[in-house]
Amino acid sequence: MVERELVIVGGGPAGMAAAITADENGVKDILLLERDQYLGGILNQCIHPGFGLDYFNEVLTGPEYADRFIKKIKNIPEIEISLKTFAVKLTQDKIITYIKPGTMESIKAKAVIMATGCRERTREMVHVAGTRPSGVYSAGLAQKLINIEGLLPGKKIVIVGSGDIGLIMARRFVLEGAKVEAVIEVEKQPSGLVRNVVQCLEDFDIPLFCGHRVSGIFGQDRVEKVCVVQVDDMLNDLPETCFEINCDTVLFSVGLIQENELIEMAGVKINKKTNTTDVPGMFVCGNAFKIYDLADTVTEDSSIAGIQAAEYLERLI
Amino acid sequence: MNKKIICIECPQGCDLMLDIQDGKLVSVIGNKCAKGEAYAAAEIQNPMRILTSTVLAENMSFKMVPVKTSKPIPKAKIKEAMKAIKKIRLNRIVLIGDVIAENLLGLEVNLIATRDC
Ligand code: SF4
Repeated sequence: MVERELVIVGGGPAGMAAAITADENGVKDILLLERDQYLGGILNQCIHPGFGLDYFNEVLTGPEYADRFIKKIKNIPEIEISLKTFAVKLTQDKIITYIKPGTMESIKAKAVIMATGCRERTREMVHVAGTRPSGVYSAGLAQKLINIEGLLPGKKIVIVGSGDIGLIMARRFVLEGAKVEAVIEVEKQPSGLVRNVVQCLEDFDIPLFCGHRVSGIFGQDRVEKVCVVQVDDMLNDLPETCFEINCDTVLFSVGLIQENELIEMAGVKINKKTNTTDVPGMFVCGNAFKIYDLADTVTEDSSIAGIQAAEYLERLI
Repeated sequence: MNKKIICIECPQGCDLMLDIQDGKLVSVIGNKCAKGEAYAAAEIQNPMRILTSTVLAENMSFKMVPVKTSKPIPKAKIKEAMKAIKKIRLNRIVLIGDVIAENLLGLEVNLIATRDC
């Protein structure tokens, strides 16, 4: 089996930062696995500004922020990039199995950094009653459809949850000519950054209902309406407050969960305070480690994982 | 007249209290840095926003090319700017920072690509 010094799974902001700092700290053989056909991860579909203020001290869009790291990595000969490469298995011996077009391979790594990011919580996780029509999307999927695929998922939108992606997509839909009927947040306060409430909702007169929840989604084939109800402090429905909103599309922006299946399948435990795990030489960083608000913080923290991996490898010699 | 607004220049999102007399900004409190003051002044005169969107590419490996205005544009012009952006068709390879449309709507800002496509 081929042996490599450091294998990093995930070529988003976390994996790229870890790769760059590992190289800067003396690791001479780095393999970066990315399942998509380009590096950058979710940043590529985050075309809005708001990145880079902390890290570069300037305002960048997601693709621009990613580009800084992509260009840097491509100039580092010690980092081998393997695109369209999907890691399917990880063991405690640090053997990684991955598929890429036409082949399935296993390699043994001396150190591993898992930077596999996160995924969105779905309708199923927040228990909304009603029928199962088409037209229900997670906010990030709608973002990909519009910004990458050039497809508009709907014309009359209701957004469930006020996470940052949901707020940003509210504005994006309006810019694309759709109408966003409402953003519905069960908590008393929006969960996204207040600047996004201002620049994405208030700027475009999009109503925000805090302390409300969508109690049902209805439609034959396509979404036709949602029912919205106010909730009390204990999050119980106040049935007399129920009202309906006609719409053809519902977006869910109700939080993110770490994508750590490979680590879990391997029976590895993440050390919650550092980027380490209970397997020496195996590290976790970025949203796979914990859910972050800002990509800049992902970069900063993941750099530490790169240093930790370099130090571990140095001790091995 | 006092007016409460939130600064959106950075993720801090400071609560600003503006003192406005005859449509002019007299003082701002609550801003943690100087950008907040400039933001407040612009907000009462002519709110400005960076606009980002995508441009349709024809016969290229990417279908959509992400773009942004090189500088903030008046908020009131966003709709019109979107109309102009939607009319653009790209059929050449672009690099990050390339000008996609010059002097958008005569606002003295360029539309630039934000990704190598
Ligand atoms: S005043 Fe300064 S610190 Fe506060 S939100 Fe604006 S830019 Fe950020």
